Amino acid sequence: MLDAAAPAPATPAADGAPPLLDVRGLKMHFPIHSGLLRRQVGAVKAVDGVDFTIRPGETLGLVGESGCGKSTCGRAILRLYDITEGSIRIDGVEIGHLSQHALRKHRPTMQMVFQDPQASLNPRMNVSQIIREPLDEHTKLSSAEKDEKVLELMDAVGLNRAFARRFPHAFSGGQRQRIGIARALALNPKFIVCDEPIAALDVSIQAQVVNLLEDLQEQFGLTYLFISHDLSMVRHIATRVAVMYLGRIVELAPREALYAEPLHPYTQALLSAVPEPDPALARKVERVILKGDVPSPANPPKGCNFCTRCPKVMDICHEIDPMPRHLPGGRQVACHLYEDTKTTTDPTAAHKPGHSSAQQGVSP
Amino acid sequence: MPKGAPPVLDVRSLSTVFHTRAGNVHAVNDVNFTLGAGELLGVVGESGSGKSVTMMSLIGLLPSPPAVVGPGEVIFGDRDLLKIDEKALREVRGGEIGFVFQDPMTSLNPVFTVGMQIAEPLRRHMGLSKKAAADRAVELLELVGIPDARRRLGDYPHQFSGGMRQRVMIAIALACDPKVLIADEPTTALDVTIQAQILELMQELREKLGMAVIWITHDLGVIAGIADRVMVMYGGQVVEHAPVHELFANPRHPYTQALLKTVPNVHGERAKRLTTIEGQPPILLAPPSACSFRDRCPHAWELCHRALPARFPLPGDHDAACFLCDPGLAPTSPEIQDA
Repeated sequence: MLDAAAPAPATPAADGAPPLLDVRGLKMHFPIHSGLLRRQVGAVKAVDGVDFTIRPGETLGLVGESGCGKSTCGRAILRLYDITEGSIRIDGVEIGHLSQHALRKHRPTMQMVFQDPQASLNPRMNVSQIIREPLDEHTKLSSAEKDEKVLELMDAVGLNRAFARRFPHAFSGGQRQRIGIARALALNPKFIVCDEPIAALDVSIQAQVVNLLEDLQEQFGLTYLFISHDLSMVRHIATRVAVMYLGRIVELAPREALYAEPLHPYTQALLSAVPEPDPALARKVERVILKGDVPSPANPPKGCNFCTRCPKVMDICHEIDPMPRHLPGGRQVACHLYEDTKTTTDPTAAHKPGHSSAQQGVSP
Repeated sequence: MPKGAPPVLDVRSLSTVFHTRAGNVHAVNDVNFTLGAGELLGVVGESGSGKSVTMMSLIGLLPSPPAVVGPGEVIFGDRDLLKIDEKALREVRGGEIGFVFQDPMTSLNPVFTVGMQIAEPLRRHMGLSKKAAADRAVELLELVGIPDARRRLGDYPHQFSGGMRQRVMIAIALACDPKVLIADEPTTALDVTIQAQILELMQELREKLGMAVIWITHDLGVIAGIADRVMVMYGGQVVEHAPVHELFANPRHPYTQALLKTVPNVHGERAKRLTTIEGQPPILLAPPSACSFRDRCPHAWELCHRALPARFPLPGDHDAACFLCDPGLAPTSPEIQDA
């Protein structure tokens, strides 16, 4: 039943296929209230104008440090928040400003795997009940059919069927994350936001979960937004990678290009800061050590968001906020160091070269 | 460590057991290691491998009950830290041995200013006056790279960012010029760019102050960048130990080999599929009587299920607790070739 209901596996980033997810100008501002009358005195600009697309079958890695807005971005896309501004089209449907009631109909298409498998599973429900809950909410299956589906899902994520009546506390972190993944798969979604799904796990268990996510993607034709601060794991799983800093995407490029030649000074610093598990290499790599901390998203600096820490800062950076530049190879970078090579301002056209190179990156 | 020089710290057959209602948990089993002067010893292992408990045992930071530390010896200078009384141990702790914990938010006291918290060990261990302690606190904050140090003495921990708080923790640990600094996952809670700052700071401080450091982490990348020697722990035991270049170039224990393969990287080759270590770490309800990695080991054979491998010495100051490295068994085992 699982297989029958699953969509046909999509060719990763096929040319010409419309994007499964199209995010334009997404803003998510959280108001700050203060004073006796609780007037709004400002806003935390957690996500401040983000554009990207994800093609069917693709994995977009979204990386950045804590507080850069990557998790908020993932949650806003699934409309777990009421977004401030922007458009989100998923599978051809504009969901950016739908009411929560109207959204319910579209929920089965898009699911989420959370970071903390301990906190995202109800401790009073057993595994079977947890995986069954979305089926109870969204399908009209009979009880027997649901039981069968739960067991199939447990097989799919590598959980022993005999554990169906056990409670989350009886499982290890990696197994709990498998329960969360089974729950996300229950409604045959097309798109899954994985919000730091491996951050709470040990290294040997991380690899198991990442391999499982890759297998499921192939089996069910899933599309992922993979949010992580682990740049090496994103390099492994993502087709394209977006780097966020202080609510903005500063660079977006196919995986190979981004890791081989990062363009934005922030991406360069971030990649050079990742400790390399090879002592010969680790002591040779020239690190760009950034000074200071990330500014507050409630009060971002004037001009470029990164101008306070950028090692290549210029006068213009303190004045003008750089718009994303579109470069050959489907890359985009928001930095004054680069010139836009496209005359067109149509953002979808700018993404076009991305598919071909992304496809080269994944095809055997 | 220069040959012949006595180690600063010499840990001999240390064991720690927790007595719990679910049974006795043998968290640390017969751990041996030495720390040379000015050396950085990396301790790697997954959660529950006993790496933190080992270090907390040797300076008496575990509450007893439930923990029972011993048997074993922890030779520091001319004393055995497991034999001296609590009062003498308190003098060592925070004085000659400094400690940096993982989470700088929970290990700093939120109701005292940073200045008071740095001054506390100075006044306690070194008997400095209030004024002298404050001056030394400013020096320390400057040493760990906190700008505008004198003014920030009056700030509370919540007024510092995560990276800055960890710098404060390091300043406290360094306050009394420790001979040994034990750092328990000091950068795990931090972002990579902040982690890079702290790692650079630690290297600078080591050169400047010449202390020996024990660095506990699960991140092989961090270890590769800073350690002189590495000790790999699994199931409360040391399974492999070697100089850092030797360990990464020539891992001999199947667990170390698997661990190195599971970690993806950002600069080298990209693997098509990640190697996993199937199964779960052992539950330590009994002292080990056989190899603790046997159930997850691709090379395990009958002997691994009935005997506990010793740490067999290998060339290059290297040893591994695996029968594949037992010179006496080598010819009989066909697996030796692919190990």
